[in-house]
Amino acid sequence: MAMVRLIARMDIKGPNLIKGIHLEGLRVVGDPYAFATRYYEQGADEIVYIDAVASLYGRNSLDDIVRRAANGIFVPLTVGGGIRNVEDARRLLRSGADKVALNTAAVLRPALISEIASAFGNQCVVLSIAAKTVGDMRWEAYTNGGRERSGLDVIDWARRAVELGAGEILLTSVDREGTRTGFDIDLVRSVVGAVPVPVIASGGMGTTEHLVDVVRNGHADAVAFAHCIHYGRLTIPDIRTAALIADIKVRQTA
Amino acid sequence: MTHVLIVDYGLSNLHSVQRAFEKLGATVEFVQSVDSIRKAERIVLPGVGAFGVGMHELTQRGLVEPLRDYIATGRPFLGICVGMQLMFSRGEENGNHVGLGLLKGAVCRLDRLEQTAEKIPHVGWSPLRSPFPDGEFHHPLLDGVHPGEAAYFVHSYAGFSEDCEDIVAEAEFGSANFAAIVGRGRAVGCQFHPEKSGKVGLKILSNFLAL
Repeated sequence: MAMVRLIARMDIKGPNLIKGIHLEGLRVVGDPYAFATRYYEQGADEIVYIDAVASLYGRNSLDDIVRRAANGIFVPLTVGGGIRNVEDARRLLRSGADKVALNTAAVLRPALISEIASAFGNQCVVLSIAAKTVGDMRWEAYTNGGRERSGLDVIDWARRAVELGAGEILLTSVDREGTRTGFDIDLVRSVVGAVPVPVIASGGMGTTEHLVDVVRNGHADAVAFAHCIHYGRLTIPDIRTAALIADIKVRQTA
Repeated sequence: MTHVLIVDYGLSNLHSVQRAFEKLGATVEFVQSVDSIRKAERIVLPGVGAFGVGMHELTQRGLVEPLRDYIATGRPFLGICVGMQLMFSRGEENGNHVGLGLLKGAVCRLDRLEQTAEKIPHVGWSPLRSPFPDGEFHHPLLDGVHPGEAAYFVHSYAGFSEDCEDIVAEAEFGSANFAAIVGRGRAVGCQFHPEKSGKVGLKILSNFLAL
């Protein structure tokens, strides 16, 4: 049984590279590298970096981030945002990314998943799903940074993507993201039950109890957190300690 | 200033391995030529992908004999992932292939020896275990690393050694143990990615620089 992974996630939205994030007086705008290295130093098991506006602000931003990240981050790095073809993926993987996350481009052309998986291995391909509740135990996948409806049922889409070669699912609840009111447990459990690959639960973490809940009851293989660490309410060591106390199998760091 | 030669045989992201060694204060050079191998002080053979492809690429570049000769001189050598697997005599992935032959044993699929419900590939953090009755590590590569500390693995195949003296650390896959770290003299190998294993990985790389 693999250890549950604690993943620090950074999203870029809006015109500034980091929107409104302050870190104890150290205001870093346009330097996600500083956040990523800080989380790495605090013991994050992985770093996920999604640049939802990469395509608007020039394709090079993600490449630069990955190359810089490799300078100071020595845990697996997943990057996503505007990856449209095998060449985009190749460039990022060569620069130091371990996995690429696909959302919009995969919805538009699902064969892209197979192409990247064939070239680099399934373990390099993460399908990023932004899920919004549309009914009782039904969710729809959204694209373009969680703004546009795709018409796809999340469970069906997850299954199909895995058949095409996705090695992991990054599952974000659009409803819960940023609210710090807990994960959508039904969503996570439903997707975990539908696919044979790891599922990273994302969106909603506010307290360490939420993490325990999504692992115990949602059966998440990994948990990604963003707002709660960006705004300093929780630290990664706090989260790890709480997981260990709750008897959740996580990596022990010094 | 410690100098490390990383063999580039077309098989992997070398950037992270390079950066990890540079962070530890070593200078890094990428090598493809027979001459640089002969003169090297310290060689790293990384690699991601299949055993057979790895041996093919090394053969195409004429690097197999020079690497065998280098290892035979007893100078430090580190194999990572497929690079470690190639240290074995043979590999079974997609056919039967001959390896560099430093270690007696074979590289087989993780579920070859025992049926398991575990998913393949084995991806994620797994604890490093001692292969000794006293439960401790006994190799300078693991100075400062404790049994139970985890490393990051991504693989479907693993080395199963016929000489238990070559096993420095093990890891579990289902109920089977496979070689996580191998070593013979100053030639060592890690199945996991030390450049992706956080502080534990960097400690192992740092210890390699001191071998």
